[in-house]
Amino acid sequence: MSKSKSAYVRPLDIKHGRVDMSHGSGGRASAQLIETVFAAAFDNEYLRQGNDGAVLPLPPANSRLVMSTDAHVVSPLFFPGGDIGSLSVHGTVNDLAMMGARPLWLSASFILEEGFALSELQRIVNSMAQAAKAAGVTIVTGDTKVVERGKGDGVYISTTGVGYVQGVTSPSGDGARAGDAILLSGAIGDHGMAIMSQREGLEFDSAIESDSVALHELVAVMLATGAEIHVLRDPTRGGLATTLNEIARQSGVGMVLNEGSIPVHKQVLAACEFLGLDPLYVANEGKLVAICAEADVGKLLDAMRAHPLAPLAAVIGFVIADEACFVQMNTKLGGRRMVDWLNGDQLPRIC
Amino acid sequence: MKYVDEFRDGSLAQNLTDSIALEAQHSRAYRLMEFCGGHTHALSRYGLLGMLPANVQMIHGPGCPVCVLPIGRVDLAIRLALEYDVILCSYGDCLRVPASDQMSLFKAKARGGDVRMVYSALDALKLASNNPMRQVVFFAIGFETTTPPTASIIRQAQATGLTNFSVLCNHVLTLPAMEAILTRPDSVPLQGLVGPAHVSTVIGSQPYQAITARFHVPIVISGFEPLDLLQGILMLLRQVNEGRAEVENEFIRAVTPAGNRKAQALVDEVFEVRDSFEWRGLGSLPASGLKIRAAFAEFDAECRYPDLLYANVPDHKACECGAILRGEKRPQDCKIFGTVCTPDNPIGSCMVSSEGACAAHYTYGRFSEVKWF
Repeated sequence: MSKSKSAYVRPLDIKHGRVDMSHGSGGRASAQLIETVFAAAFDNEYLRQGNDGAVLPLPPANSRLVMSTDAHVVSPLFFPGGDIGSLSVHGTVNDLAMMGARPLWLSASFILEEGFALSELQRIVNSMAQAAKAAGVTIVTGDTKVVERGKGDGVYISTTGVGYVQGVTSPSGDGARAGDAILLSGAIGDHGMAIMSQREGLEFDSAIESDSVALHELVAVMLATGAEIHVLRDPTRGGLATTLNEIARQSGVGMVLNEGSIPVHKQVLAACEFLGLDPLYVANEGKLVAICAEADVGKLLDAMRAHPLAPLAAVIGFVIADEACFVQMNTKLGGRRMVDWLNGDQLPRIC
Repeated sequence: MKYVDEFRDGSLAQNLTDSIALEAQHSRAYRLMEFCGGHTHALSRYGLLGMLPANVQMIHGPGCPVCVLPIGRVDLAIRLALEYDVILCSYGDCLRVPASDQMSLFKAKARGGDVRMVYSALDALKLASNNPMRQVVFFAIGFETTTPPTASIIRQAQATGLTNFSVLCNHVLTLPAMEAILTRPDSVPLQGLVGPAHVSTVIGSQPYQAITARFHVPIVISGFEPLDLLQGILMLLRQVNEGRAEVENEFIRAVTPAGNRKAQALVDEVFEVRDSFEWRGLGSLPASGLKIRAAFAEFDAECRYPDLLYANVPDHKACECGAILRGEKRPQDCKIFGTVCTPDNPIGSCMVSSEGACAAHYTYGRFSEVKWF
């Protein structure tokens, strides 16, 4: 007698099946979806217990817990260089990493839309499992809900991460001081333009791939240099410009950037140019901004450039005293302008 | 990037600003207007204003299509979206223009209106063919640059027999606005005009001769790249210093004297000049806007929805957009600039588009007013 026959359960048809309301009802169909798709891909000692939550060990002495959460609603779900699954791991891992933390555990909650293809869900979950494994984090607990067709965008994924940070000080958004140097780990705008190139009504051929990646190992290398890193942040939504404005406001300082030292890939520049967008406002998922004491720039920059995730790392400007908290930029042309917060959504120019 | 970086070169810009500094005579004040919002944006984005001598002042003109759109026209679009259950589509910036009762097309969307952003006129047409059961209205705005694409889709809609597509036409003309700026008795005299780049690729450089002759003011048509703009400003200073008032073309790589005849013919086939059209800031100007010809009436939203009557709505009392669009005031002269009126919550239209004078100054230039050193 076959295994399925013995259990009197018809196996889930991943290839042709679709999510239906019963997958979120908490009954047998929910259990089957969780076992076949999620538990199988994320398999670990915590999930295997099949409990409502995970009991986790305490962090080592002289360290503190760090927790962060991130919701992912990207459209399209699959894009060059990644998908919503890998993104949902990288997003939260990076939020922890920007606190100087070593990420350890993730929770994942899925909101699925009725009618969503199980084959696509499987692809996303596999990609998530792979990203978690590569980042050395374990998905220890999760939840699944299903909403009626038309009330979701295929799938939404929220992840919450827990990690720990060694010692009593850690980088913080309010730590920038006048005179500090502003470092950027690489070229900006790749993720946003990769997504944009696939958006409905805007498809264009390009070789741009999302930079979505987990940054905690790069951060570990940076912290190990002993450099006095005051602020770490990943410029995701709203791009570099918005992130720098957030830091300036949090720290009560101003900044002066040099446009010429901000790396941007040619393809991204070209795509931004014809859509009328500014790469400073385009999202990244694998870059970080570090603000450090000027004296430590040399060793920090060397360590970053030696790491495979930051060969293009550069000093892009300096922190200045400014009560108005303006971020200014010396343009390549020789002028100066402000780099303001992103206002609404970036809209293409019309003429 | 080839063909772009060449026009943004820092050392060439330095040469040009040096030449401008030499050309600008200390005893004179040069008040030049860049007509076009594209130029306003470039001046601010590249930080060019700070590179010009103190006695060369750039006045931001009315050539920002979103900025000159009066409240009443946006109200019509909002009514179409909310009361007529159509799919209302337009270019991105249009969706944020403030209308009556603190509404905008974006806010109409939040209230259940089916409002969509399109990237091109053609996308609007596609929207109609993909939604045969719905009426689709394209809220068309812009100067001569965006008019030919609108003409083209109207013609296509007729050729393919689309019955669910119409255009709410707000297309306007450059020259009547220029004349209005130069004839207003209360406007401050201008020594020269930077002529539009993209508009001129369509209409050509020749039509501006009527303006230079009538008002004895030099016009230099200039491209939108920063080096184009600096070169254009230098050419204007030379004309002023030599007492000339001619149409000169800096943007020769794209603008010819006669312009794009094919586009002009297309526009002429589909559109005719309205008796008058209301502009924000400039008021009602005779023969300054376009309407869809009777032969294409079935695609004219104003004919399809005859109950949809235009009503003039005055601007917000404290808003200085009008005076700014006429070049009489600077954004920072407005009391509500940067306090009540910001890009996140625009009161006037100049704060909406990145080409608007207020938005450009807020986004790129307002640091220059804070002295902390």
